[in-house]
This record gives sequence, C-alpha cells and structure tokens, in this order.
Amino acid sequence: MRIRIRYRKLGKVRFTSHRDMARCWERALRISRLPIATTEGFSPRPKMHFGLALSTSHESMGEYLDLDLRDPESLEVDLAELPGRLSAVLPDGVDIDAVAIIDRSEPSLQEAVTSCAWQIEVPGVTAEELRPAVDRVLSASALPIVRERKGKPVSDDLRPGIVHLEVLDADPDDLVSTGAVLSAELATQPRSVRPSELMAVFDPPLTEGRVRRIHQFIHVDGATREPLPPGAPAMVPTSVGAP
Amino acid sequence: MLARVSKPARYIGMEGGAQRPEHAPHKVAWLLAYPDTYEIGLPNQGLQILYEILNERPDAVAERTYAPWYDLEELLREHEIGLFSVDTHRAASDFDLIGFNLSAELTYTNLLNMVDLAGVPVRSADRRADHPLIAAGGHCTYNPEPLADFLDLVVLGDGEEVVAEITEVVGEWKADARRRGDRTSVLHALAGISGVYVPSLHRPRYDGSTFLGLEPIVAQAPALVEKRTIADLAEFPYPRNQLVPLTEVVHDRLNVEVFRGCTRGCRFCQAGMITRPVRERPAEQVRSMVADGLRRTGYDEVSLTSLSTADYSGIEQLVADIVDADGDGPSITVALPSLRVDAFGVGIATQLQHARRAGLTFAPEAGTWRMRQVINKLIREEDLYSAVEAAFANGWRRVKLYFLTGLPTETDEDTLGIAELARNCIEIGRAHTRAPSVTVSVGGFVPKPFTPFQWFGQNTVEELQRKINLLRDATRRMHGVQVKWHDPKATLVEGIMSRGDRRIGDVLETVWRRGGTFQEWNERFDLPLWLDAMAEHGLDPDWFTHRHRTAEEVLPWDHLSAGLHKDFLWQDWRDALAEVGLPDCRWTPCYDCGACTGYSIEHIVASATPPAGGSQGTGQDLGSGWTPVQLRRPTSDVVSA
Repeated sequence: MRIRIRYRKLGKVRFTSHRDMARCWERALRISRLPIATTEGFSPRPKMHFGLALSTSHESMGEYLDLDLRDPESLEVDLAELPGRLSAVLPDGVDIDAVAIIDRSEPSLQEAVTSCAWQIEVPGVTAEELRPAVDRVLSASALPIVRERKGKPVSDDLRPGIVHLEVLDADPDDLVSTGAVLSAELATQPRSVRPSELMAVFDPPLTEGRVRRIHQFIHVDGATREPLPPGAPAMVPTSVGAP
Repeated sequence: MLARVSKPARYIGMEGGAQRPEHAPHKVAWLLAYPDTYEIGLPNQGLQILYEILNERPDAVAERTYAPWYDLEELLREHEIGLFSVDTHRAASDFDLIGFNLSAELTYTNLLNMVDLAGVPVRSADRRADHPLIAAGGHCTYNPEPLADFLDLVVLGDGEEVVAEITEVVGEWKADARRRGDRTSVLHALAGISGVYVPSLHRPRYDGSTFLGLEPIVAQAPALVEKRTIADLAEFPYPRNQLVPLTEVVHDRLNVEVFRGCTRGCRFCQAGMITRPVRERPAEQVRSMVADGLRRTGYDEVSLTSLSTADYSGIEQLVADIVDADGDGPSITVALPSLRVDAFGVGIATQLQHARRAGLTFAPEAGTWRMRQVINKLIREEDLYSAVEAAFANGWRRVKLYFLTGLPTETDEDTLGIAELARNCIEIGRAHTRAPSVTVSVGGFVPKPFTPFQWFGQNTVEELQRKINLLRDATRRMHGVQVKWHDPKATLVEGIMSRGDRRIGDVLETVWRRGGTFQEWNERFDLPLWLDAMAEHGLDPDWFTHRHRTAEEVLPWDHLSAGLHKDFLWQDWRDALAEVGLPDCRWTPCYDCGACTGYSIEHIVASATPPAGGSQGTGQDLGSGWTPVQLRRPTSDVVSA
C-alpha cells in the first residue's frame, strides 16, 4: 500500500537540510514501528519517495512524502491516527496535515508537481516601492539568467517560469515581516525556478528574507489540484480530491 | 542570520532527548562547551552525561554550546552578538560556569576564542566576579598548564560526582550577598574540592631557569591535586536520553558505554593510564540501555563503547543478545570500536555477522613483535592474522589497521614491519574474497603525561615524514593496501601542548589573536603561525618536544595525580626500553600502579579470566592464583579463585 503524507515545516527546524529531513523521517518511521516496505539487498532501506527538495532555511506549509507500507500488515494501520502518531516523533515544527492512500500508478511527486506557490519576505523595502519593480519583471518579454549546469554556464530565460507574481497588501499574519512580502507561483517544470533566482532578476536584485512554500500544484488539462489537500480525509484517494 | 551561514542546523538545538532547561535565580547555570564544531562535539558522551546529571538536580541547569564555524563567528563579531547556547540561544555570559570538554590539544585556541566570543576576558586574572567561571575537564586536563592562565578551574577524572560538589559550592557563593562580589572567595572554596585544580592558586618555582614545580599559595589548595574516579559505573546509567541530532554528526548512532578504564597497560596510551581501574557495566544494564535507546532514538546502529570493547566479560553473549532482542524488527548494526586483535575471535565475528556489518578496525599499533613489547601491546602476529582471517572468512572485505610511528627505540625495520603485516593481511583476504582491502592508518606518536613514555623525546617532523615515506614506498606496489597518515606537522604542535608548561599560554594567545582557530582541521592548520609565536616568546619547540627527560626532572604536571605512582611509571619506562612486557592486572596479580590502592577502589569485572582465544599477551597461567577481581554476577563460566 502506498500512502501520501502532507506536512508542514515551520520555525527553527527550517534550518535543517533536505537530507537531514530524510534522516529524521527514517528515524521517526523506525520509532513509530510502522510496517514500512524496504528495498531488497545487502543493506535494506525503507521505501520513501520524497517530493521536491526544500532549500535549507525555507519554511513550508505543503511538503509531501510517499511511503510504501508492507502488505498485508498495512491494513492494520489506522490512517486516521497516523498524523498524530508521526507528528509526535518528528522534530518540533514538523507536523502532519493529511494522509491518504494513493494508487501506485500515480506519477511520483517530482514528476507530478508543476509549480509551487511561495511567500517571500523582502526586507528593507515597502510594498509601494516594490510594486513598480514587480510590474517591470512581469512586463519583460524575457528574463535572461545564467545558470550553472554540469559546471558550465548556460543561459536561460526565467520569464516563462514565473506563473504569478504580486506584492501582498498586508503582511500575512504568520510571517513576521520587516519589509514587503511577495507572493509568487514559480514553475517546477521543465526546470525548477528557485525563489533566489527570482530575486536575482530584479534590478537592482532583491534580498531574500524569510521564505515559505505555501502550496505545491499539479496542473493537468487546465485543472489545478494539490497532491493532497490539507486535512484530506484519511481514506479518500487523492484523485477524487479537488483543490 | 542563520540563513546566511553554512549548515545552520548546527546552531538550533532541538535534538531528540534535548532537555528543557528552566533557569532560576537559585540555580547554578552551567554552559557545557565543546571547543570544536557541533558535528564533532555533539556526540561527546562526557558532555551528554553531565548535561543530564546537572539538569536532574533541583539546584542546577545546564545547556550546551559548540564552536561556531568561522562564517558564523564573522557575523557574530560584525553584529556584536556573543556566543550563545544551542538549547535556548541564551547568551554565554549569562551562565555561572562555562565548562569545556578538552579532548584534543589542537582545540585549545578554540577555547580561547569561545571565551572571548562569550564576552569574557580570556585571562582569568582579568575577570570580574560577574563573569562566568571558566572550567575544563576531559583527558587533556591531566596537563592543563598551557591553559593555566585562561582557566579558573580544572577538573581531573570522572565528572559524574564532582559536578555536584562544584554546583553546591558555586550555589552557596551566589546566595551569599557578602561573598558574591568576590571572585577569589569562590575560587578558594572550589580548590578545596577533591579533583578540582585552581591554577591561579598555584605558583611556579624556579631555581634559575630550572623549573622546581608548582606550589599552592593558599591553604585551601592542596599540594597534590588528585583525580576523581567513580567506583561503580552501574550507578550511572547515563546518558539515559542520548541526544539525537537533526543534522549529521560523527558517531551518529546509539552509543552505550560498556566499561570505563583499561588495564591492558599499553605504554603509549594515556587513556589507559588515567582511567584505571576497569569498571564494567553489568550486562543486564547494557542490554536494557541498548533496547531502550534503540526504541527511543530510532537509530539502527549501536556502538558498544570502551577503550577495548572485546575485553568486556561475555562480549560474545552480549552481542548475540542485542542482535536477538532486535527480533524481527528492522535489522541493526552493532559496532565495536577499539577491537583488540587477540580478543576478536571467530565467535564475535559470527555474532556480528547476524547484524548488519560495520567496518572493522584493528590496532596492532606497531609493525614488529619487538616494538610491540616496547609499547606493551603484546599481541602476536598470529593473533592479528587469525583476527583478520576471522573477519574475511565472515564476509568483511575491508579491514583497517591503526599504527603509531615515532615510538621509543623504533627502527626502520619496525616501520617496514607495518608494510609486511599489511601484505600478509591482504594474502589472507585473497583466500576469501576477490579484492580484499587493507587500509593502514599511521599516526605520529605524541608522548603524553602520566604514561611511561612521558620522559621520551618525540620524533621530529622530518623523522616522522621520513618513516611515513618509507612505509608509503614499501606499500606502493601492494595491491589492495592504502596508507593514510596524520600530518607530522600537526603532531609537533600536539607535542608542544601535550607536555608544555605555563609559558605556552602566551603562545596560545598569540596564535589565537592571529586567527589560528580550528587548528585540528587540516585546511586551517598553520605550522608557521605556531613556530613564529614560539620564537617571539623565546620558546624552543625542540626543548619542549624532542628532548628526553631525566628521572630527576620536575614535570609540569607533578602537582597533579592520576593515582599512578611516579616510580611505577618510571619502572615501566625502564621495562619498555628493556623490551619487557607487563600483564593486564585485571586478570593477574596487582603490581601496585597506585590507581586502585590510592583511592580504595578496585576492578569491577564479571569474569576473572581474559576472553578466550589468542595469546592475550599475558604470558601467565591465568587459571590459578589470586586475582584482584570483584565478581559482580557469578555464573557457571566464571573461574573464581
């Protein structure tokens, strides 16, 4: 049985890396004694499938992890109590919002997710100062940047990757802001646009303050959904869920 | 700010098992500090044990801190932010004591840097009553003299009990309005605690340029400061809640200490001399600490730690029990660090095989039997080969061998003997696996205080490098043999610190002021910085490191005691030069080194006989005669006198 888990990563724990989090999950799963399926071979690893990596020091309201449970023991797992059970053994600030069974034929998180919504704090500027700069970015026909790929500089256009961009009117309650806050939706395919890359295309470049991933989206055939809505009933397959 | 530094997870605390410190005016606040990065310092068991013991006390609270990497240090200094605890990000200057764990000489400048970052004057003489007391414990404190001018107090030996006494003394001082403003008053009181050395209360005496020793200048300070030793490890099942870091650290696994102390008597080994006698943890307690620890932490690897784990009574049964108890759960790895080849039998090899397999490291230490007699590591070549055979036959493909070079009386024949051993190990491996691998790791020998080799003149950098090159050339064509070595230049500085006296303090301060921190990191180590500082202060590295000491010479640590009689150490030094071995006293009659008799304690081991297999290096009939052994849990396989 494959289950999908949606969780938040907020507060001090944001300073852990993607790799650190993977190790925290491994230990948490061992403590929880969930019947995790493992790889075959000399040193068996639990079958965990992570979604898009979250940069160290970025927070998130929507992280995902797919887990394969061993059958038939998986049938005895009470999915409704799983969020509480796992949150208790994960680091403070990592909390499970939803768990659901998914079909093994579902594309992996890394393949499925097409964009992410972000809130990016920009310290030292006001919303009024920032708006014209945002308009310039949005009206640009191309935003050339140079990326490093396999050690070689490659030029790329960032503009198609900026799905949505606006300055928020007021500080969102949960971001302690010392400046303006950008709301951005950035594509993850064909190439992932990072918040830091967005900051760099502004002229002059913006400084990134606190950054929080708000959503991950799957755009298919004109429809938009999340890999798992927060608070999804535990037993409802996600394909039924609407955004 | 943390978003701008490398690996910020090192500074956020939040580990599994972290305490929730509650400060209060009546509590003595300890900041336990490790003068190296979080990755190196977090696993330190001594620090974790004291962290729990102190937080269990109603009159104490303890937090932790580690050396900030230089990118964070730069930001801290730029924004005038002081050193902070990782637990609650409290300023270091708000604590009553900052207690450093000193495990390596090259971290001394980090200690100065952390004291300075805490906003505390680096020299104890410049501190006011409201500055934290700067304390140090750990193996390096058996010669604390290079740091004497910077430390308010030094603790010798096991810390489990003495931290309570220090807490009480500091607590009384804090509570007493008349004494609180007077720093010397608390230092005098601390000097009266057994195991505590207050360097400022001892004054060096000289006859011309000849050092005559340190003498106390107040009545409270003893002429000879004795180490502390806990009699029974079973009374201290710590850490109960080993810290599980969120980010990767060294030794990232469950660690359970199975015994403390070692009496194998290897003459180069300071740990084996200063931590006597052997105190085993009862097997039942080990089993429950392992089971509870694995369940609580989620680790899938446990290390049974000690100075020589294969010597633990009934080690094979213990490993078997741990693997069995794990049952049908996820498979676990059992790691046994510090394996002696003569105690690593086929039995242990097959037991470990059931668990997942960690790398195997053996430490023959020297390349020839003659050399091993000198250092009293009495393992025969056959012992090594049978251990390696057992390893390869049971599925290991890589074996690591540790050696020292620059040992007393060492010749090139001894150095080349290392290559010979490695070649033979590879040959043995070929019978079992297609591509056996043997890694030879070579460290330059640094003579340490309170060992029989404390009188020995260390090899020069050139001599060590010549021997390493000799070995490298000899193994160049040996397929499967890799040679790794410790930088001999670092060995020189370690040697200066190891047996240096108070005058080295100026050198430490100069090196630190010129940015010489993290000297234990290859990329940061800077020998010219040290040599220039030595020259500026008129000190000769040769005199401190390469010179043989005489029997008459007063040593900078003669006012401290690890319980060992100096004449025992001298006799052992003479025996070393005569290539005479000394058996392990836990299984043979006492030779009165002083460590037990002086403190009215004794070995606590569950078996009066050495582990089976190999020569055990004793050359004694172990089945008869009196042994100074306390039987903890008599079982049918115990041979009692």
